[in-house]
Amino acid sequence: MNMQIIQRLLTPISSFFIALFMAFSINAAPVDTYEFPDPVTKKRFQQLVYELRCPKCQNQNLADSNSMIAVDLRKQVYDMLIDGRSDMEIVNFMVERYGDYVLYRPKVSAATYLLWFGPIGFIVIGGIVIALFVRQSKEQSQPLSDEQKQQLNEILKD
Amino acid sequence: MNKVIRFLPLILFVLLGILLFRGLSLDPNAMPSALEGKKFPQFSLTELQQQSKVLTTADFQPGIKLVNVWATWCPGCKYEHPFLLKIANDKRFALYGVNYKDERGEALKWLQQYKNPYQFTMFDGEGKLGMDLGVYGAPETFIVDHNNQIRKRFAGILDEVVWQQQFEPLLKQLQQEYQDSQANTQG
Repeated sequence: MNMQIIQRLLTPISSFFIALFMAFSINAAPVDTYEFPDPVTKKRFQQLVYELRCPKCQNQNLADSNSMIAVDLRKQVYDMLIDGRSDMEIVNFMVERYGDYVLYRPKVSAATYLLWFGPIGFIVIGGIVIALFVRQSKEQSQPLSDEQKQQLNEILKD
Repeated sequence: MNKVIRFLPLILFVLLGILLFRGLSLDPNAMPSALEGKKFPQFSLTELQQQSKVLTTADFQPGIKLVNVWATWCPGCKYEHPFLLKIANDKRFALYGVNYKDERGEALKWLQQYKNPYQFTMFDGEGKLGMDLGVYGAPETFIVDHNNQIRKRFAGILDEVVWQQQFEPLLKQLQQEYQDSQANTQG
């Protein structure tokens, strides 16, 4: 067996293992062993911890973080769900203590108008600019006079 | 009109630049406290040293209070401790501790070893008061005025610089407010 055959064999084998490890490394989120009375509550729990931001860590939600406070807050969400509280009550509980910071979906308020309606504003501004340009270029393009047409024809003949 | 449109991209660019430049100087760790201006949450916790004694907000002395959240698992708290001992003798306020998500035995050992700066310490093993205070780590320090209203929340290690810049001015103001309220009730 020469080296070339070994090398040829190695490439697919190594890519297979790389693909294998990548497939398993995706799910690294912490796992809690909460039991839910029904699938709807489970779904609500997942939705809430997905949308609530961990106060200690800046770019993680409660579902992703393993910090002490995230573990505590997940438990708090779970306890309140079992207690029969509504999603709104749970979110308000968090906002009262940790501020709007914990919301990954910010509330519509005076402070977030720009955030919510800014994109619409940009589209409107863009539309106006385009409309102005189109109108301007229309005004500038006048039909050719007979003299100019003749000149054009002569140039095109050559 | 034509000229305005020609300069529009430049104007937008400059405005965006100003906005983003300002964003650079914002501290992403700074989290506005939701509790500033609100009443100190109700609690009922045992005293750290005396398990049979239950403490509530009624046990706070009148006047200005400093509430320090600490734990033995928190390295920053150890670093902060000498400074707390230094301000413990300040007559303008009473310093209280919240032993947050800790082991009672460990915490008692800590206070014996490093001395106790607190008037009393509430034992919050489950972190319930911590959650009501919006605590997400330790150390954290709250300034509570004579109406039991939270006036400031500081997350991080207290030191001389922070103290002079953020605590002293507010303490002076609160002291004045307290004196005024006393004068009003007497007069």
